[in-house]
Amino acid sequence: MTVLLDVAEVSKLYPIAGGPGAWLRLKRRLSGGVEKLPKVHAVDDVSFVIAKGETVGLVGESGCGKSTLVRALTRLIDVSDGSVRLGERQLALKPARVFARDRDRRRIQMVFQDAGESINPRFTAFAAIADPLRRLRKLRGKALKERVTTVAAQCGLPLALLSRFPHQLSGGQRARVGIARAIAVQPDLLVLDEPTAALDVSVQVVILQLLDRLKNELGMSYLFVSHDLSVVRLLCDRVLVMYLGKIVESGAAHDVFDHPLHPYTQALVAAVPRLHEDGPARLRLSGEPRSPIDPDPNVCRFYGRCPHGADICKTTMPALRTLGLRQVACHFAEQFLPSAKAAP
Amino acid sequence: MTPVLAVEGLSVEFRTRSGIVRALDQVSFDVGKGETLALVGESGSGKSVTAYAVMGILDPAARVTAGRAMLDGLDLLAAKPKDLAEVRGRKIAMIFQNPRTALNPIRPVGRQIADVLIRHGNVARRAAPAHAVEMLRAVGIPDPARRAKAYPFEMSGGMCQRVMIAIALAAKPRLLIADEPTTGLDVTTQAVIMDLIADLAKEMGMATIFITHDLALAGQRSARIVVMHAGQVVETAPTAELFANARHPYTAELIAATPDAAASLAELAAIPGALPDLRRTDLPPCRYSERCPRRLAACAQPLPQPAPGIAHTVACWNPRSDRAVRAPKVSAA
Repeated sequence: MTVLLDVAEVSKLYPIAGGPGAWLRLKRRLSGGVEKLPKVHAVDDVSFVIAKGETVGLVGESGCGKSTLVRALTRLIDVSDGSVRLGERQLALKPARVFARDRDRRRIQMVFQDAGESINPRFTAFAAIADPLRRLRKLRGKALKERVTTVAAQCGLPLALLSRFPHQLSGGQRARVGIARAIAVQPDLLVLDEPTAALDVSVQVVILQLLDRLKNELGMSYLFVSHDLSVVRLLCDRVLVMYLGKIVESGAAHDVFDHPLHPYTQALVAAVPRLHEDGPARLRLSGEPRSPIDPDPNVCRFYGRCPHGADICKTTMPALRTLGLRQVACHFAEQFLPSAKAAP
Repeated sequence: MTPVLAVEGLSVEFRTRSGIVRALDQVSFDVGKGETLALVGESGSGKSVTAYAVMGILDPAARVTAGRAMLDGLDLLAAKPKDLAEVRGRKIAMIFQNPRTALNPIRPVGRQIADVLIRHGNVARRAAPAHAVEMLRAVGIPDPARRAKAYPFEMSGGMCQRVMIAIALAAKPRLLIADEPTTGLDVTTQAVIMDLIADLAKEMGMATIFITHDLALAGQRSARIVVMHAGQVVETAPTAELFANARHPYTAELIAATPDAAASLAELAAIPGALPDLRRTDLPPCRYSERCPRRLAACAQPLPQPAPGIAHTVACWNPRSDRAVRAPKVSAA
């Protein structure tokens, strides 16, 4: 297995200015004390690798830090701490502004959530696909035109539509433009942020099958961000489950969905509506997630919503441990192993 | 059993600059007391327009060209605005898709609930704030007394949707229309909100029309399903029956395209073709016929009218399985 992307101990903290206590902090600063802003721990000590040709799913609820993590490793924002290695190269040290002109910029590309919103409305489909080729590949004239038409054909976009503006295209066609734009510069890693969330099921199927075909044809790796677990299960080899800035579980996709070990994953899997009612027993989460502002490092992030919460969860943050082929951050993961369940 | 709401032959068109859009064509369905009915279809199938027509909140460019919607002997489509205002909120309530835009952003949520209680709930002005706090408690909002003073932007999406539910249920309506109530929410929150709606509906004996594009969610949460395509009802059946024996080709394709049904990506089947342009004047009687793999010459005739009293109806000349249409059976919610 060749490692393509190696993310190690990445954190992203956002200081927040206002909020309760702002006046107190101002006073402290004026009196010469050390002023410490409270911070939102959007991504907290996250490590994982993506192998060449692998599809990794990233799931978690809104606000758990999925998008921040994705932006950090596509180098659209700077990380607070940690390393992001692409092949041999350390990318975390380069400021995002500088990386935008880097020769490796083309190697990580992104497909955004709603293609209707993420394509410049004053660009035609052709201009949208050509833009990264002009900037990153310095293609011009005939070579540019050739490349755009090749990519459009690869994505099943009729050439007649290339002169249209986004509002003249259907949802599925816009999604194709978004994908064509990202793969035009031949990236090694494609990050997909809920590419089918805005689409109807019938169109979603076509786009998912297109993505699967492109991956096999072009040998890219995917990081597929979604909260639709049934889609992740179909497309991904491996899955990472995130909760409040931390990875709480990872493993082979079918393994994680068939035998979730972390209570949060269990609730997530149980909440997915199924056509044929043979899913696990219902497990409902009560309450709201804990605050991500300066969380107590000794309390499990899931404590309070977790149906199994015990005293140890209040005093010791569970580390991400390896259990067989899986990784899970829960003190009680062993009791959910399939072998433990089978025992009387 | 007399239905709470009976919609018969509802047709709606929109006058636009580029022509008349025939958004709904002869839509008929009914929903009984305490029953949960799901309206399922892709975007553009007319689910929301149906709900808006029943609520009397269609866009001014829309015109109801035919049909009735009977609620307690009153035809909602022909009712005077004054009568309709009495029905809305008191007998029918609606939960909208995006709670953040549907709530008033500059009014505390407790006040918004109190407004409905005073207008429709026969609650005295002085007692309304306390009642509003009770409503917030009933929809499972922690610390309701403090939350009643919060503005929508201070609450999460799931919390806002709970407030919407509290507003909708404030006057104990007989019919709740929930238009994609969980679309912007996480699956874990979705499950909790859907449980809440189901529990409250059961408690109050309220009928629910649940509009969704998610067939799996509809299957889990409703007793009967109405499948819509391009403004037409293509199939109506009790939920279990629909999944076991989908007769309309479109329903079958929709089930095959839903990710949960397949074990692998290759097994998922795409639905060929696209929705017809509803501005066309030469729309065929069956609007699915141009995409349909089972099309016959007979499909150019007007659609077959379902016989009354049959639980599983299909608007198709060449439906899938030959199994005889079953006798109506009482569906358990």
